[in-house]
Amino acid sequence: MINDPYYRRRYVISGIAVVVVLVYIIRLFYLQVIDQSTKDQADNNALVKQTIYPSRGLIYDRNGELLVFNQPIYEITMVMREMGKEWDTTAFCQCLQISRVEFDDRITEIKDKKKNRGFSRWTPQVFMSQLKKEDIASLQESLFLFPGIQIQKRTLRDYTYKAAAHVLGSVGEVNQNDIDRDDYYARGDYSGRDGLERTYEQQLRGEKGVEILMRDSRGRMQGSYQDGQLDKTAIAGTDLYTTLDIRLQLLAEELLTGKIGSVVAIEPKTGEILALVSNPSWNPKVLVGKERSKNYTDLLNDETKPLLNRATQATYSPGSTFKTIQALVCLQEKGINANTVYPCSGPGSSPIKCTHHHGSPVSLENAIEQSCNPYFWCAFRDVLQQDGYGKENADFRHRYELWRNDVMAFGLGQKFTDTDLSEQAAGNIPSIQQYDRTYGKTGWKAITIRSLSIGQGEILVTPLQLANQAATIANDGYYITPHLNKNDSMLTHRHQLNIEKRHFDVVKSGMHRVMQYGTGRHYAVDSLHMAGKTGTVQNPHGKDHAIFIGFAPVDNPQIAVAVVVENAGFGATWACPIASLLMEQYLTGEVKRKYIQKDISNKILNESVKKW
Amino acid sequence: MRASRSGNILQHLDWTTIGLFLVLVLFGWLNIYGASYTFDQTSIFDFSNRAGKQFTWIIGSIVLAIVLLLIDYKTYDVLAYIAYGAMLLLLLATPFLAHNIKGSMSWISLGPVNLQPAEFAKCIVALTVAKYMGRYEYKIRTWRDLIVPFAIIGIPAMIIMILQKETGSALVFAAFLLVFYRQGMSGYVLWVGVAAVALFILSIRLGAVPLPLGTGSVGILTCMLLLTVIEIFFICKEHRMRWQALIMTGSVAVIYGICLIVNIWVRMPFNLISMGIVLALVIYNIAISIYWRKYRLLIVAAFTLFCIGYTHACDYVFTHVLHPHQRIRIEVLLGMKEDPAGAGYNVNQARIAIGSGRFWGKGYLNGTQTKLQFVPEQDTDFIFCTVGEEWGFVGSIGVLLVYLWFILRLFVIAERQRNVTTRIYAYAVGSIFLFHLMINIGMVLGLLPVIGIPLPFFSYGGSSLWGFTLLLFILLRLDAARMEQLN
Repeated sequence: MINDPYYRRRYVISGIAVVVVLVYIIRLFYLQVIDQSTKDQADNNALVKQTIYPSRGLIYDRNGELLVFNQPIYEITMVMREMGKEWDTTAFCQCLQISRVEFDDRITEIKDKKKNRGFSRWTPQVFMSQLKKEDIASLQESLFLFPGIQIQKRTLRDYTYKAAAHVLGSVGEVNQNDIDRDDYYARGDYSGRDGLERTYEQQLRGEKGVEILMRDSRGRMQGSYQDGQLDKTAIAGTDLYTTLDIRLQLLAEELLTGKIGSVVAIEPKTGEILALVSNPSWNPKVLVGKERSKNYTDLLNDETKPLLNRATQATYSPGSTFKTIQALVCLQEKGINANTVYPCSGPGSSPIKCTHHHGSPVSLENAIEQSCNPYFWCAFRDVLQQDGYGKENADFRHRYELWRNDVMAFGLGQKFTDTDLSEQAAGNIPSIQQYDRTYGKTGWKAITIRSLSIGQGEILVTPLQLANQAATIANDGYYITPHLNKNDSMLTHRHQLNIEKRHFDVVKSGMHRVMQYGTGRHYAVDSLHMAGKTGTVQNPHGKDHAIFIGFAPVDNPQIAVAVVVENAGFGATWACPIASLLMEQYLTGEVKRKYIQKDISNKILNESVKKW
Repeated sequence: MRASRSGNILQHLDWTTIGLFLVLVLFGWLNIYGASYTFDQTSIFDFSNRAGKQFTWIIGSIVLAIVLLLIDYKTYDVLAYIAYGAMLLLLLATPFLAHNIKGSMSWISLGPVNLQPAEFAKCIVALTVAKYMGRYEYKIRTWRDLIVPFAIIGIPAMIIMILQKETGSALVFAAFLLVFYRQGMSGYVLWVGVAAVALFILSIRLGAVPLPLGTGSVGILTCMLLLTVIEIFFICKEHRMRWQALIMTGSVAVIYGICLIVNIWVRMPFNLISMGIVLALVIYNIAISIYWRKYRLLIVAAFTLFCIGYTHACDYVFTHVLHPHQRIRIEVLLGMKEDPAGAGYNVNQARIAIGSGRFWGKGYLNGTQTKLQFVPEQDTDFIFCTVGEEWGFVGSIGVLLVYLWFILRLFVIAERQRNVTTRIYAYAVGSIFLFHLMINIGMVLGLLPVIGIPLPFFSYGGSSLWGFTLLLFILLRLDAARMEQLN
């Protein structure tokens, strides 16, 4: 370009390009021609990358008792390309004590691209896995005879107790989904599949390491490369301290023998789950190792559905245990006060019969003690109707909404979102919309939904929610989200109800009387000051469910319990003794009433329930 | 020129460049196949693997090239500003539309394909810069004239760096400095740039000793002294001033020497001494400049003070602004940290892979280092490893020379333009390719820190291939019309 004063700068710019390329060529010349070190380092296949698997974090109970630990197992891998002509298959089979036919079958299986998508002659393929130390001992000694063969150490889970299978969860092989979602995993890795193992996978798994080994042209290992400079040590997983009390857990599991049901125990002040049992259950050892997939299928096909965690996933009508909440909400919404009395005509009452025999009229405390149905129907009605019905039921619906919000504040009808419990059901506290759909906007009144007053009908809760409800009452109106990790203080997850403390005094006194004079009197231990409420829940699947919620001691509650035994009969007969024994165990450290323990443990309600 | 000439575009196309483009793209494709090849793989056209996908990207890029050549050349100039505005909006929106791919928020999903808008931004910025600086009345007279061009490249660069966290893609815009230089920006800016990078490296490499004012060390201060003296020689053309400079250098050397000797018996506070010397130099320079009325020496004093501030700023940026992984990469490169299993792993493995190729290479598809996946990102940013391992020294310099030919050809094309806008655009294209080549290969060869930017036409990925195609073929279209364009 004429008249361009900067014309000569084109040479500078082109010069920069030339200099850059020249510098790089010199560097290449140095790397590829002069420097001999890289040649040795990368002589054909000189390096083998071997993953070192970290040991998974251990799991303890709240008192430091070891619940879950690791056992070493071994895996034999082969790189087929390195198995030359002189490879002695017979000797190899002898080392492993397998037949030639088994060997050949396994090789065909590995080579089958349909079954083994990742097959390559160049990369290690798993020949046999989950072997014990004894199985590989003789191969280990003569490993140098078999180029291409490697022994890899891994770990499997092992368990101190045959308990808490639902809570602990299990470890299994990752699927394609996991591998796509998280770069950390490779095919054949293990990860927590359910329960705590899944929730705390990140913490428990640790970090894989890499060992880079050199080998010669015949495939024999020559030790670590560059004195292990490039190796990365595996970082073991962090141990997990759970809130479980394994003694309590074991006792609860024993007491549920032969029954379908669940137990949840919570420390009210902290929201820590002391025991969480769902029966039928299984020995956690059956979901480990070679047998895992077969056993898993068996569990899946069991008609009693052991894989279902009934403590958090099954929903029941709460029955009479709901009367505690009903009393609190009715007091708070000013439908009744502590001195309100209602008449009861026993079995002749209308619209709801009373199933117990007691004097009339009854006070609130007595009504709780005697589980009087008419009292709670009247209280419920008076709360909902206190403003009348209004235009198109508007006032009534408004009252119902307030009532429902108060009930849901106990944690009912929704999942706990801020917890480490993996599988939960939400339960149901019927919404206005739900009733509108069934009856139409003006088609339902207090009398229509009278079953709700005594915890029957559309209302559904999980045993976990029942236990949390007991803890809330024990705490005089707040709860800490129930959780399983002892190290994670959840005290900030405090949920405060707006029900006055004085109302709790009335209800707690009633619940204390249940254990003194009422339905639970046979199983009380006077020195422990238990409070509770039984429930006997009608249901379409046969005999009534037995339910119990309670806490103790009543003045300074240390433990809150909920027990559900499906199709057992009276709550007082089945659920109450279990809860009572559990409170005794937790508060005194032992069970003195061995005869009750034995009696309950030996009662088989359902023949098909078995412990896996 | 006559209208009839515009009809025959084929005659005026630069076929040399197109030939080089095809060579690079096809050779790159072969190497992607090599890099992702796992010995038991099927065909290069198998669409489930990287090479097969790259094939579709290549077909797409050729279609794109043809379309670009068919469009009227005036379109690019007319649409530049509008496209720039739209691009800024898209870049701003990207982090919100994007889903996180390995820590980066720069990818937008369009059905089955993920696109990286930053790759297309380069082309639009180049067109915009060219349009702005190519105006007849535009001349770089003072630094004020450069404010707008710097803003044009700076705004998208900041968006990409801060919002999308793609430092590599943002750094590419530094390539425009060469374009500004060609258009008349002072050469000092380039020198200052180089000096700044050098001082940055030195202050990090040597700056570990704490001082009351932050951190600094004997090393830094010594370097600053040297720079100061060099600067004096640069600026002072008079005889007696050079003598002064020599005296200053000498006395500094003597003081240091004495201190070193005394240090045998008594521990000397070298930090304070160095600090004192630097301050003394500054004061001496100011005094002498006032005495002689040579105000140039004030510049030297200012420069020294600026250096002190700059080294502290470097240190601050290094320890507070950079992400930990970026810091480690730089430390590893400077040999301050041995981290061969972490950040150094890639670089070390890349070095071994390339080195093991030796003179003739291991032969196509026979590279073991890359096959056994020792080198991460081997089909994207580290693709040159495969070239080095499988094609050896011969293949590697072959590729480098083809690139050099290609880039020099772009500069030749630039210089034959009558239209300034087209020339600026051509320089932008050439500089961007040069920058990518320099950073990428420098990283693979262990000469520059690990900055993730692709090697043009080689690295796997549709966005980058199409981005480069866009850059190149718009240039070829404008070039083909060079006879029709007057200023």
